[in-house]
Amino acid sequence: MRYLISRRIVQVSIIVLYILAHLYGLKILEGNLSSSILFGAIPLSDPFAVLQMFVAGSIITMDIFIGALIITIFYGLLGGRMFCSWVCPVNIVTDAANYLRRKLGITAIQKRVYMSRNIRYWVLGLSLFLSFFMGLTAFELVSPISILHRGLIFGMGFGFSVVLIIFFFDLLVHENGWCGYVCPLGAFYSLVGKYSLIRVKHNVDKCTECMECKVVCPEKEVLFMVGKSSQIVNMGACTNCARCIEVCADDALNFSIRNFSKKNKE
Amino acid sequence: MQKGHMSDRRKFILTMARSVGLAGIGALIWSSVLEESVHASLLLRPPGALNEEEFLKTCIKCGLCVSACPYDTLKLAAPGDKKPMGTPFFDAREIPCYMCEDIPCVPVCPSGALSQESVSSNGELDINLAKMGVAVVDPYACIAFWGIQCDACYRACPLLDEAIVLEYERNERTGKHAFLKPVVVPDVCTGCGMCEHACITEKASITILPREVVMGRAGDHYVKGWDKQDQKRVKNARATITKTEISKKSALDSLNDETGLFE
Ligand code: SF4
Ligand code: SF4
Ligand code: SF4
Ligand code: SF4
Ligand code: SF4
Repeated sequence: MRYLISRRIVQVSIIVLYILAHLYGLKILEGNLSSSILFGAIPLSDPFAVLQMFVAGSIITMDIFIGALIITIFYGLLGGRMFCSWVCPVNIVTDAANYLRRKLGITAIQKRVYMSRNIRYWVLGLSLFLSFFMGLTAFELVSPISILHRGLIFGMGFGFSVVLIIFFFDLLVHENGWCGYVCPLGAFYSLVGKYSLIRVKHNVDKCTECMECKVVCPEKEVLFMVGKSSQIVNMGACTNCARCIEVCADDALNFSIRNFSKKNKE
Repeated sequence: MQKGHMSDRRKFILTMARSVGLAGIGALIWSSVLEESVHASLLLRPPGALNEEEFLKTCIKCGLCVSACPYDTLKLAAPGDKKPMGTPFFDAREIPCYMCEDIPCVPVCPSGALSQESVSSNGELDINLAKMGVAVVDPYACIAFWGIQCDACYRACPLLDEAIVLEYERNERTGKHAFLKPVVVPDVCTGCGMCEHACITEKASITILPREVVMGRAGDHYVKGWDKQDQKRVKNARATITKTEISKKSALDSLNDETGLFE
């Protein structure tokens, strides 16, 4: 529970700081997840949004460039796909949908709808393709993630309908449907964070092969080594959500720092 | 090759073709949604905004301009506003731009979608240079055009007697009163919308519209012969003379020529 609670605290505090900045001018974190100013000085920008702006043909200012660079370095070097489980507000929605799904046993009664994990990379490619040809930021103009975080800070309009669509898609159509298969931002961070330092590590000696971790993991494929070999979860799709760590009763999974020098020996 | 069995190569090609096809369908649907959303409606941008096409690709939708505005003028478009999603706009009838002297909304923009240069002269911010739109009067609904005295918009305008002037005209109906008609000077008007906000008619009779929509262009063919400055445009102009069959005769003869007219 420790990690789950920390994740929720981080996710909610970020939005609360944005709201306080908008309503009362509190200068800790201003703007929104597309672009913000930290402590009134440090620019932070969503690198995927900036990439779309760039291919659309916009001139990228220094502030935006540095902001995107800071975020890219942070996730690329340190956090991996952590944005998804520690920052993104949609994660709270999809986690709720999937929790309910497990509790109601919907997966058990439902015929499996086939979807490929690669859809998200196609969507990512399409975002850039359309941005280039239409001279627009194609995903940013329809992104449910932005609709939600912007809505919470600046006013929702009919934005809740989009959030409901995602909730029911995940609940009724496909387990982890949005975040695990469709979302191009998640796909983007999977690529950016592939070689990050913070990684879950599996210890096969302690593993009793209950496979509970594979039940809770939103990206089951990344846990292919469970019960087979001791190694780090090195696929970019892992969101570092720590659900697997928390569910493991035998302490066979834990956070670790990737060790590049030792990598060959393992 | 047996039925029901496919070579890996063939499988791969088929899978690829299917994916590309699906992506194509996705692209078509997605692009039409985008097309709809960006051409949705007339809208007013914050001061200093780039032209709409540039603005759409440059604004990162951070809302920093919205937070900076002390009058809550600016809003970020949410679903249901029928505006390009997440971009800042304002509705002048509801809350106009109060033309802050320090223009807090512009320098905070990280992306350059709001350009500081466009609202500065000699390195100093000058809100009077803003061109957010232009006011247009409906002379049939504006009661000043009926002969009733109003001038609410004229007095509300921060560029009093510059962006809106009152035109005096004798009211022939009563024979002893004057019309005081508000007339907008488009070159001066910033499009702040204070006039639209102040207009006393049920639905505003003075409305701010995007400049690209309203402003015309006379083109190069018309020159103000009475204007020394405008005359300079033709000084070095060279006429292009085209010779045709008709131009061999004098103009008068050509006009009087009846050949072929009654056949
Ligand atoms: S996959 Fe997309 S929606 Fe899901 S948590 Fe990651 S960024 Fe958010
Ligand atoms: S491997 Fe563990 S940390 Fe990674 S996504 Fe799965 S449950 Fe989360
Ligand atoms: S000039 Fe002032 S009132 Fe007008 S939009 Fe900017 S901050 Fe708001
Ligand atoms: S501050 Fe600039 S980038 Fe941010 S929403 Fe306003 S116009 Fe767009
Ligand atoms: S919009 Fe109206 S109030 Fe503002 S400058 Fe133009 S005429 Fe004046």
